[in-house]
Amino acid sequence: MNLAIARTRANVLSLKTRRRWDRLAIHLILLAGALVMVTPFLWMVTLSLKPVELTYQPPHLLPTRFEFSNYTRAWEAAPFARYYLNSIVMTGGIVVSQVFFSSLAAYAFARLRFPGRDLLFLVFLGTMMVPFHVILIPSYLIINRLGWVDSYAALIVPRMVSAFGIFLLRQYYQGIPQELDEAAMIDGLGRLGIWWRIIVPLSAPGLATLGIFAFMFGWNDFLWPLVVTNDPDMRTVQLGLAMFQGRYGTQWTVLMAGTVTATLPTLAVFLLGQRWFIQSIAQTGVKG
Amino acid sequence: MITAAHVRARWQRANRRGDLSAAMIALAPAVVLFALFNVYPLFYSGYLSLMNWDGFSSHREYVGLSNYRELVESPMFRNALGVTVKYTAGVTVLGVVLSLIIAVLLNSGIRGQNLYRLIYFLPVVTSTVAAAVVWRYLMNPGNGYADVFLRSLGIAPPSPSWLRNPTWALRVVILVGVWKRLGFNIVIYLAGLQNIPKDYYEAATVDGAGAWGRFRHITVPLIAPITLLLVIMSVIDAFLIFDVVYVMTDGGPLGTTEVVGLLLYRQAFRYFNLGTASAMGWVIFAIVFTATLVQWKLFGTREVGV
Repeated sequence: MNLAIARTRANVLSLKTRRRWDRLAIHLILLAGALVMVTPFLWMVTLSLKPVELTYQPPHLLPTRFEFSNYTRAWEAAPFARYYLNSIVMTGGIVVSQVFFSSLAAYAFARLRFPGRDLLFLVFLGTMMVPFHVILIPSYLIINRLGWVDSYAALIVPRMVSAFGIFLLRQYYQGIPQELDEAAMIDGLGRLGIWWRIIVPLSAPGLATLGIFAFMFGWNDFLWPLVVTNDPDMRTVQLGLAMFQGRYGTQWTVLMAGTVTATLPTLAVFLLGQRWFIQSIAQTGVKG
Repeated sequence: MITAAHVRARWQRANRRGDLSAAMIALAPAVVLFALFNVYPLFYSGYLSLMNWDGFSSHREYVGLSNYRELVESPMFRNALGVTVKYTAGVTVLGVVLSLIIAVLLNSGIRGQNLYRLIYFLPVVTSTVAAAVVWRYLMNPGNGYADVFLRSLGIAPPSPSWLRNPTWALRVVILVGVWKRLGFNIVIYLAGLQNIPKDYYEAATVDGAGAWGRFRHITVPLIAPITLLLVIMSVIDAFLIFDVVYVMTDGGPLGTTEVVGLLLYRQAFRYFNLGTASAMGWVIFAIVFTATLVQWKLFGTREVGV
């Protein structure tokens, strides 16, 4: 008994003295990892600011020279402004409609009673399991038959609702007290009025989370825009960047300026909403 | 005589009618869009996989399962499946193991947890195309950062250089995949680790368990459900890889990075073998479906909660 207590004390003591070294070691490991994570970003920015004639000099991780002309050259060499416009229209359309339509559908699944509700919900969930590769070819044929190739409609309409969004918001809505609906119904609001006046305002964080997910998805999407656009004027930033790499593959500094341009919006949105974003990802994984 | 029960029943009937019409309006856009762009294409692609068709000509021939048979026998497709499985295994194992280690270190109560988490998460939100472009140049022969770094340590970089080297190209692609995915895994692991009661660790410490013992006998078993979830999510995601390979290697050298997604894209949109490509899609679906089914069996009932 006494021996056990003594051992515990000794353990606690040695723990305290060792803890400082442990902590230092942990920081060193984490820092090394963090360095690997950020190196591509540092390298991208540094190279994009380098004068062209120094391209083939040994690289530095941090910029030593600031040559912004690479950016203007990249924007002159390829219609990045046009790519940006296309990406903004496409991503904006996807975000707004996904939030709107997913919210409507999620409200029906969370609050309304109608025959076949659970079955329909399962069908929606089931589509999440279908890999995009399977429906890629028929989707293209449908777009082609609708005459939508090289149009914003092709880029936006097939992605206006997301099963994930419906799933996410349905969960969120189930957390909003039902009494609020009932009080509003007594006050004479209809079902859709309740959705618009009560549920939507109360679910702002949920809608924002879906909005951020939809934004990241839209801005970074590649395969679908690649398939449904041929016209260079309809390219999104990601497509433009991939093509730009093909043509200016040797002009690193200009290429990296283009890459920074393409990455900036998502990084900015992420840094602004990172707390929300990381939290919502953590919840989607762990929520039991 | 009208009883309270009657009134309630009538009210409920009216309520249900109101519910139904509201639901029809609320669900109409979602149902129409899903029917047209998710459900119909699924059947359409099943039909296409039984045909020989280039997508343009009026000649469309029913060939039964021969597209599938050809796939099974095709060395190109077998190679692509092998490459995809290797990539998936690499990204999944490395991504899960490394992220668990980092999450445990981050969870040890050190300072700057949020900052580290933010940094590790940055690649997750970076576009895959941009990431692939940058990594391609990091691995550039001669003056890429990888070569410069190795040479500064006195190690000779492989020859031929990384992405032109049949042994190294896929490893580099896996590295990019892990780099891109790590932060996501870490965030989910961290949330799980925070749910493990602190008492368990204290009790183990009192019993004389070292850091490794605590990790091995408390953390690993208690975090196992999350590990499984991450493994399956990662498998599903990695199996569909396309962008990174398209930008970095285009399947080369010697087909060592030719993943099924790339092969499908080429068959459909460069060679216009829609039947073959659709059959490929269904084989991918079968594999991914099996993986998803495992996930649902283990987590689904709790998560879906229908």
